Amino acid sequence: MGKRSVIPFGPQHPVLPEPIHLDLVVEDEKIVEAIPSIGFVHRGLESLIDKRDFNQLTYVVERTCGICSFQHGMGYCECVEHIFDVEVPRRARFLRTIWAELSRMHSHLLWAGLLADAFGYENLFYQCWRIREKVLDLHELTAGGRVIFSVNKVGGVIKDIDEDKLKVILDTIKDIEKELKVISKTFFKDYSVQSRLKGVGILTPEQINALGAVGPMARASGVSNDMRSLGYAAYDEIDFEPVVSNDCDCYARCYVRIMEIFQSIDIIRQAIDKIPKEDELAAVIKGNPNGEYFMRLEQPRGEAFYYVKANGKPNLQRMRVRTPTFANVPALCEMLKNTEVADVGILVVTIDPCISCTER
Amino acid sequence: MANITRSPWLLHYDGSSCNGCDIEVLACLTPVYDAERFGIINTGDPMQADIFLITGGVNEQNMPVVKQLYEQMPEPKVVVAVGVCACTGGVFKDCYNIIGGADVAIPVDIYVPGCAARPQAIIDGIVKAVALFQERAQKSEKEVDKVG
Ligand code: SF4
Repeated sequence: MGKRSVIPFGPQHPVLPEPIHLDLVVEDEKIVEAIPSIGFVHRGLESLIDKRDFNQLTYVVERTCGICSFQHGMGYCECVEHIFDVEVPRRARFLRTIWAELSRMHSHLLWAGLLADAFGYENLFYQCWRIREKVLDLHELTAGGRVIFSVNKVGGVIKDIDEDKLKVILDTIKDIEKELKVISKTFFKDYSVQSRLKGVGILTPEQINALGAVGPMARASGVSNDMRSLGYAAYDEIDFEPVVSNDCDCYARCYVRIMEIFQSIDIIRQAIDKIPKEDELAAVIKGNPNGEYFMRLEQPRGEAFYYVKANGKPNLQRMRVRTPTFANVPALCEMLKNTEVADVGILVVTIDPCISCTER
Repeated sequence: MANITRSPWLLHYDGSSCNGCDIEVLACLTPVYDAERFGIINTGDPMQADIFLITGGVNEQNMPVVKQLYEQMPEPKVVVAVGVCACTGGVFKDCYNIIGGADVAIPVDIYVPGCAARPQAIIDGIVKAVALFQERAQKSEKEVDKVG
């Protein structure tokens, strides 16, 4: 039995693109306990409801997180739309679905790259990010921005994607699918990748339920929860099954996320197939919201909650976000117990932490 | 001989950014934009870094971290603030927990605007930083010569 000591991990660390700090209590290279401390990225975004009205707030909400920016905007807008009780035009709902899935693809590709980087496979990291650039080009083509593209507004969307651009999307995702098949072989079959991922960081379905983990983390442990099946945006008209794996380890998390990129490609194809030709882009909004609404949506990292309360004034009374990483941090701390110090980087990356969402 | 023959190394820290600028900084280093062709290497170690790229504004909790990272870097050094958040506080300027842009904690040399800053703009900032770094390195070399 060795002596206990504490190793600080972060806030600035080579595998971390973002600041999170963990105090790792170790005993002979084995971790006994991990104590997270957060607050490095806290801005106090929710307090801006006093200073911005409900329309302006869309742009603030989009900057909760630069990776799932579109989905944050969508969650907020749908909430306010429900309070107004307006029907969003069908085309706008399909456009939202397309953009949401494009951003899921870019987020998962980004994650796959970071994972590769965490286990020291530089080349794979570059390949993932090279493919990701194609998705960003699609963002730029359709909306004008690369990561934050502000196309949501309360009532619908601001921009349309015309026929030619839809065709470009179809062609590009075909390319992406082809290239992804090649790199997914490395993720799934490569010997050294498997030796770093298989059997590491096991979380049983019972632990997932007890700790309340969400998203790909839960699905990789056999808990099939995917908020898209609630049918917001146009997901009710789309046919898909959540990707689930029963392996419960890091490999399963990698598998689930990579298969979800293929799934997103499929959803985009279905959406482009079904999108109505001529339609309005946004419903007309009159007056100020009055009432409250609560909504759940599936972001790339898992389930997010949006709560909005308004009292008929331009400024909301309360806006609350709960983000997926916040739900996954307890699972991370549980997972870190009894693992090697060398695996910490990978384990932290496999929850796909998004600290700026969590702390806002 | 002073530093000028060496490739400048880059340290990136995320202040309180929303990640938007953050991932664009990373995108700069990957094959499509490839800032490494200017001889730059991204390092995680402040003691080996010459250029400090900071994204996002400064708050109570990360202020000491930012200052410490800056102090650990050897002279000469150049600081680049990426994105409007790091320049002024950006959309979060009015939030209760944002003190301001990066320049409230450390001296900033180059400001890269944009929300999110585009990779082209970030690369432009990095290229300017490299030039400034060379200039500073030469200057400190002359001073060393004078003393020596
Ligand atoms: S400038 Fe914009 S994109 Fe960059 S960190 Fe700030 S809010 Fe995010």
